[in-house]
Amino acid sequence: MSERSIIARWRARVGLHDVLAQILVALVLLMAVYWLVGNVISNLERQNIASGFGFFNERAGFGINQTLIDYDEDNNYGRVLAVGLLNTLLVSVLGIAAASFLGFFIGIGRLSQNWLISKMAMVYIEIFRNVPLLLQIMFWYFGVLRNLPVPRQSLSLGEFIFFNNRGFMLPAIHAGEGALWYLLAVIVSLGAFFWLKRRARQMLMATGNIATVWRPTGTLFLLALLTAYLIAGVPFQFDIPVLRGFNFRGGISIIPEFVALLLALSLYTASFIAEIVRAGIESVDRGQREAAAAIGLTGPQALNLVIVPQALRVIIPPLTSQYLNLTKNSSLAVAIAYPDIVSVFAGTTLTQVGQAVEIILVTMLIYLSLSLVTSLVMNWYNARIALVGGTHG
Amino acid sequence: MKMLSFQFRVVIVLVCACAFSQSAAAAETLSIVKKREHVQCGVSQGLPGFSNPDDKGNWVGMDVDICRAVAAAVFGDSKKVKFTPLSAKERFTALQSGEVDMLARNTTWSMHRDTALGVDFTGVNYYDGQGFMVRKDLGITSSLELDGASLCTNLGTTTELNAADYFRTNNMEYEIVAFEKADEAVAAYNTGRCDAYTTDQSALYAQRLKLTEPSAHVVLPEIISKEPLGPVVRQGDDQWSDIVRWAHFAMVNAEELGVTSKNVDRMKAAKNPSIRRLLGVDGTFGENMGIGNDWAYHIIRTVGNYSETFERNVGKSTPLGISRGVNALWTQGGLQYAPPVR
Amino acid sequence: MAEWTPKPPRPAPASSVGLGAWARRNLFATPGDVALTVLGSIFIIWLGNMLLDWALINASFSGDDRTACLKPEQGACWPFIDAKLGQFIYGRYPEAEIWRVNLVFLFGFAGLVPMLVPSAPLKSFNIAFLLGLYPVFTFIMLTGGLFGLPRVETTDWGGLLVTLVVAVTGIAASLPLGIVLALGRRSRLPVIRYLCIGFIEVFRGVPLITVLFMASVMLPLFLPDGVNFDKLMRCLIGVALFSSAYMAEVVRGGLQAIPKGQYEAAAALGLGYWKTTRLIVLPQALKLVIPGIVNTFIGLFKDTTLVLIVGLFDLLGIVQFHFTDASWATPETHITGYVFAGVVFWSFCFAMSRYSIFMENRLSTGR
Repeated sequence: MSERSIIARWRARVGLHDVLAQILVALVLLMAVYWLVGNVISNLERQNIASGFGFFNERAGFGINQTLIDYDEDNNYGRVLAVGLLNTLLVSVLGIAAASFLGFFIGIGRLSQNWLISKMAMVYIEIFRNVPLLLQIMFWYFGVLRNLPVPRQSLSLGEFIFFNNRGFMLPAIHAGEGALWYLLAVIVSLGAFFWLKRRARQMLMATGNIATVWRPTGTLFLLALLTAYLIAGVPFQFDIPVLRGFNFRGGISIIPEFVALLLALSLYTASFIAEIVRAGIESVDRGQREAAAAIGLTGPQALNLVIVPQALRVIIPPLTSQYLNLTKNSSLAVAIAYPDIVSVFAGTTLTQVGQAVEIILVTMLIYLSLSLVTSLVMNWYNARIALVGGTHG
Repeated sequence: MKMLSFQFRVVIVLVCACAFSQSAAAAETLSIVKKREHVQCGVSQGLPGFSNPDDKGNWVGMDVDICRAVAAAVFGDSKKVKFTPLSAKERFTALQSGEVDMLARNTTWSMHRDTALGVDFTGVNYYDGQGFMVRKDLGITSSLELDGASLCTNLGTTTELNAADYFRTNNMEYEIVAFEKADEAVAAYNTGRCDAYTTDQSALYAQRLKLTEPSAHVVLPEIISKEPLGPVVRQGDDQWSDIVRWAHFAMVNAEELGVTSKNVDRMKAAKNPSIRRLLGVDGTFGENMGIGNDWAYHIIRTVGNYSETFERNVGKSTPLGISRGVNALWTQGGLQYAPPVR
Repeated sequence: MAEWTPKPPRPAPASSVGLGAWARRNLFATPGDVALTVLGSIFIIWLGNMLLDWALINASFSGDDRTACLKPEQGACWPFIDAKLGQFIYGRYPEAEIWRVNLVFLFGFAGLVPMLVPSAPLKSFNIAFLLGLYPVFTFIMLTGGLFGLPRVETTDWGGLLVTLVVAVTGIAASLPLGIVLALGRRSRLPVIRYLCIGFIEVFRGVPLITVLFMASVMLPLFLPDGVNFDKLMRCLIGVALFSSAYMAEVVRGGLQAIPKGQYEAAAALGLGYWKTTRLIVLPQALKLVIPGIVNTFIGLFKDTTLVLIVGLFDLLGIVQFHFTDASWATPETHITGYVFAGVVFWSFCFAMSRYSIFMENRLSTGR
């Protein structure tokens, strides 16, 4: 009898006593909720505080210094929420990508045969995961980035890219009509890449031969670009940032708050991911590595084709919770004025509107749904790779 | 057994909740304050001249003096007051929930706050307006030259909105960087993250003192908004609201009548009926508010009149060096005007 | 007859012993390794040199204000830490009453050390002291208002004191709460089960900062007119509830790992649910998840810094606050302060993680 069935048996034995207990708990809970809600309502009424979600349609009236969608002061608080949410998502997604990349390499490095590399990875992990993230964010923002020069003395890279204490100024690319051809070239190359990859996999399964995918795709991509150039010429205009008055105008500016937050989130989370990757790889049976060596796979090939696919199954669940942590940790943006959802919505909007209950609830609900969606996607991915493992194992 | 243990838990939670709770009912703030034997006053987290702990940890400033005046009116002792530092975001909730009896936290009186937040403003103890501070070496003399500038400010204040309005009306571009705490905003301005720091002009003078080199920064002359700062109480307790309102009026009236902390004992014997009424020699004005008739006497004796608190905290002889300006008495062309004690 | 004597063993070949062999095996095994080792060494030398320059060679060690830290190529500004150390530890706690904090620190240390040494005797007295007497003692000593001790408002607490109060209370409250929630999540009673699942998932799904906002801005609205908590208390509740949800998931992992035989054996002995849980399941489950529990503690310890966002002055908050002191404003003050706070936090977290590894090794020998 499994443990599950023992619990099932216990459940089956639910008696009158238990029913009463549950009713009592439910009653107490209901009363508590009734009491709390009653308190809120009477507090709000007595103090004449407005309630409801009507404020979403009111004019916001304040500016935000990083917006992924069009926004100005005449937009309403609903739009503010969207801007904040997108900023949260931007830093989370980029942070997840950077942290995974870095964490993977440090995790591999931790297992390196090379004593020096292994110890360096260990020192990195022990330092970054044992210092509070908020401190790291502030360190990068108030401690390090502040030492960048003022706009007039910007560091520049070929007069296109500028660094100063207002952030990174990059040229913006404005696409003309012919840009569609370039898009087509990219799509064709991507399609070819995935098709080739699938074929290579089928061939691997059928014959055991390893086919390279990168070389033909790269050639195709260059050819496609050349074709697009011949047809459309250069349909892009570069909007290069120029110093006018106090700041650079034109181009794309990446604000230092974003840089500091992204840096701190990735470096911090990478130390956890590295440990997860290490544990995942160590969980792969030693024999697998030896077998891979025996059939003549090189080190990187063994890693790519044998070790990592098996380690992934161990890695994915804890990795998911690290991704969720990073997303939630991005809320620390408020400490350094990065306009994320907590800063512009649960911060500025809350104080302007004064409806703490509604705004905090909406904020929490959004984070909850983000967690839920990420969990679902990662569970789906986990189930998929588990299935693949099952068929071939 | 199971049920008992659950109930037991509930009881424990409730007992704990009561042990750490402090009670204050909105309807009779005065009696609760009297029972508690001190006034609980919400102040800023540190704004020189208005509410700031000195080297020994004592709170000083104009806002602090209003709290002390209320304590003096109620208890005859300006020391019977405790201070709760509040962020801009927490201040109204703290007042609404009864965590503090009153706010004296350089808070702007605006219609939205007065009508939609369940609070009442009792008066204006400092007429202020929003301004800009910039580095001297920028060579700017007017805020109209700030086109394209980055502005550091505090998140969740009226300044964020005013700045947006001002720059839009004058067709200027700007970038706003809004920090949760004033200290962080000033730090960011100090390191050059922003070209200008914007907040109430009095606070600009105050925050300038915290900069590495105060003399290298200049407060621009323009005032872009009206910021009447004043004490705030909960809505619905008229008695308490009266006490806080008249604590301020008493100080203004005292200045107008020439009563100071130095001469107040002598003034008690004055013939001027206005002074006699103010100091509680004649009439039962204190009793009508539920406190002693010598309420104003204690305020002036221990805190001083309006001029004294102004000069002591923000005036010409202080590091802030602010002149009376619009905060002069109405008799001297200013806006400070108190209804008569009659 | 001559007795047979074995020849002494020959030494290992010279190429496989000594520093040279070790280096060959671990540093220069392949050409790729050589490259990595060289690059790594260059990086370490560069970084070490920079750190050394900053922390010692170019640093200032004495002075009374910012003028001590304004030389060109200035490194760390240690006098800043020296001047503010009292504030960093006690916050605005009145100077005359600081002995009370020290006494609390001392008693806590004296109670904790024998607790952590597995061979120290009288564990049950020790536990009784730490969980029974010590919290009461700490509460009375720190807040005062009793036995002639002057009352100290929690708004005057700060620095390491607040960090430790939040962390220790959070740790002490989250473990039992987490166990209750984990058991509730596996309860056979659906009402309790779904209640616990809901609680755990909600708190795990939102950032701590929103929980703290809720505690500091919203909670007062949920209470009846006139009832209110101290702000520090509200944050403590928020932190404890938040970490108990994480703790519950860790404990659940342990509960799931208990083999079915244990349940069956307990049932065979005639033990009911509560006795099975208390005597059989929990002791084993908790032992299994000690690393997870300590990791949650470490996470909680680091998360205490978030209280600065709602206006409490923990160690990081008070360091940040003192950056506004114009008499210490130098380009290096910030980095020095952050490095100091970082080293303090790191020492606590690193010690906890090492202790967890030590206990793990110790306990695993019994299995």
